[in-house]
Amino acid sequence: MATEQRKVVLDIKDLVTRFYTADGVVKAVDGVSYKVHEGEIVGVVGESGSGKSVTALSVMRLIPWPPGKVENGSAELNGQDMITMSNEDVLNVRGDDIAMIFQEPMTSLNPVLTIGQQLSEAVETHMGKSKKEGWERAAELLDMVGIPDAANRLHDYPHQFSGGMRQRVMIAMGLSCEPRLLIADEPTTALDVTIQAQILELIQKLNKELGTAVIIITHNLGVVARYADWVNVMYAGRIVESGPADVIYAQPRHPYTVGLLASVPRLDSDRGSKLDPIPGMPPDLMNLPSGCSFRARCKFAIDKCAEEYPPMELVSGEENHHKACWVDITTATVRN
Amino acid sequence: MTTDTEDILQVNNLKMYFPVNSRGIIPRHVADVKAVDDITFNVKSGETLGIVGESGCGKTTVGRSVMQVYDLTGGEVIFEGQDISKLKAKEMRQMRQRMQMIFQDPYSSLNPRMTAGSIIGEPIKIHKMSKTKAEYAEQVEELLRVVGLNPYMRDRYPHEFSGGQRQRIGIARALAVRPSLIIADEPVSALDVSIQAQVINLMQDLQEQFSLTYMFIAHDLSVVRHISDRIAVMYLGKIVEIATRDELYENPLHPYTKALLSAVPIPDPVVERTRDRIVLEGDVPSPIDPPSGCRFHTRCPIAIDQCSEEDPEFRNVGNDHWVACLRV
Repeated sequence: MATEQRKVVLDIKDLVTRFYTADGVVKAVDGVSYKVHEGEIVGVVGESGSGKSVTALSVMRLIPWPPGKVENGSAELNGQDMITMSNEDVLNVRGDDIAMIFQEPMTSLNPVLTIGQQLSEAVETHMGKSKKEGWERAAELLDMVGIPDAANRLHDYPHQFSGGMRQRVMIAMGLSCEPRLLIADEPTTALDVTIQAQILELIQKLNKELGTAVIIITHNLGVVARYADWVNVMYAGRIVESGPADVIYAQPRHPYTVGLLASVPRLDSDRGSKLDPIPGMPPDLMNLPSGCSFRARCKFAIDKCAEEYPPMELVSGEENHHKACWVDITTATVRN
Repeated sequence: MTTDTEDILQVNNLKMYFPVNSRGIIPRHVADVKAVDDITFNVKSGETLGIVGESGCGKTTVGRSVMQVYDLTGGEVIFEGQDISKLKAKEMRQMRQRMQMIFQDPYSSLNPRMTAGSIIGEPIKIHKMSKTKAEYAEQVEELLRVVGLNPYMRDRYPHEFSGGQRQRIGIARALAVRPSLIIADEPVSALDVSIQAQVINLMQDLQEQFSLTYMFIAHDLSVVRHISDRIAVMYLGKIVEIATRDELYENPLHPYTKALLSAVPIPDPVVERTRDRIVLEGDVPSPIDPPSGCRFHTRCPIAIDQCSEEDPEFRNVGNDHWVACLRV
């Protein structure tokens, strides 16, 4: 695979993040490892509570203590471990080498500062530019993300922008210092379909033109299929399957991935086709069951699944495709 | 549209404007939000009509107007042969027994201080559908069972249920009065993928079991296409196209429909590589001051000068396929 030779931008190893709440300990991230290579778009897909966002927030050092704590693992960004880095260094790296955009563009912008002030701030802080240069760069960035009449709109406040435009501002801000890695956490969930397409096309264009590596965190399997090179499927705080996008969609080997794909209505499905939902609900992260956390909903579960959590292992006969499942679903019998 | 005896619902020239008042001591009426502006459609008995569009297109207002939540600005709503837009409040209350609504947010649409049983049972009491206490209890239990909940859950409060289970309670409540039409407004958009599929399947099963007619309002075209027999596409207060699900997907005529279809990614990377992507520019204009002529002309990739002057007629192009576009 070509990606293997490419430089690793982010290397997450055995990350464990927990939240200590009054009701108990929430195992939000329970041993997550993945890599992001230069110029790559990685899709992290999972349902709410799967730990996909908390993993990214842990890497960004944005987990508030109390109640949250990164308890184990490392996340090396260009060889520097984000987890053990001093707070001061984190401030330098954040915005400079790594940037994150969030789901809610309204709450992520400061309502009392103009778009220009907010955009130029990062440039001035991280790149040591003057006020004037900062403002020029801000206009350039706004133009790059496709906002018409950019130079004049710098004087506007966030409330004068629509949802889609605010998300563009967030992307412009994220890209202002040309980071090596952009983390987009449900970047389009709050937006309409046609605006969603605009934003995702923009992210893809920037990935191609600037070579920025991108992590797209989403629950939308379609978005991942359209844009991601590599897919990590998460369930209850762990990655359960990972591989090149084509392989994951064509030959999913973890029962959860299979179930997820059978649950989504497809625009091109045949008339009268039925959805095949995964029965039951995701487990309580405070009381995870023994062994595999998916076993209660799994139609292939065997006794061993209750005893021990399956490690991520190479799918037999493939070189890049890993799954965490004791069962080979291509030959296994379905449990009643 | 033609009158058809099979139609359970006919909506003719429906208009719903919301006034915008100036601020100050004496508020003045300064403008209208034309949430729904002269739309006509029908719903056939036993079918699912999907209504799809982006935020602010008026799809929710259509559903609520049909339910007579508002006093209509104009037009008529003929339900089971009767114009219900002229009914008095008391008569309308009776009528609501025949049409029920399911809402998007299963968290805020259920009263947190009522048990699941009393939420589901409330309409039974209001419409006096049970004679004895035993009969009431039996009906509530049956409804719980029908939507896939366990009857012992009757005494639990909404916060004790998951999102998917709450939506099941909302569905059970709507079913309690044995309606013929259910208007579902974004019923699955707040739910996770695997739970969403459970609720969609439940709705399909119930439709078969109780011969229900659905108006299914949502922004997610994949979900709408999955559940609907026919689909109406809305843009800025207007229906721009109506067709059967397959016709709409295989032969979309309106440029907005085409863009909407192309914007929805299909969960299959191989299929995705072969698809055309039409990316619309700009945002949806404000419904207070919609563009002249065709409201889509400001974003339309194939608009001509005439489009900004002339409001395109909503016309049948054959095959029960209706479209409002000068370029078709």
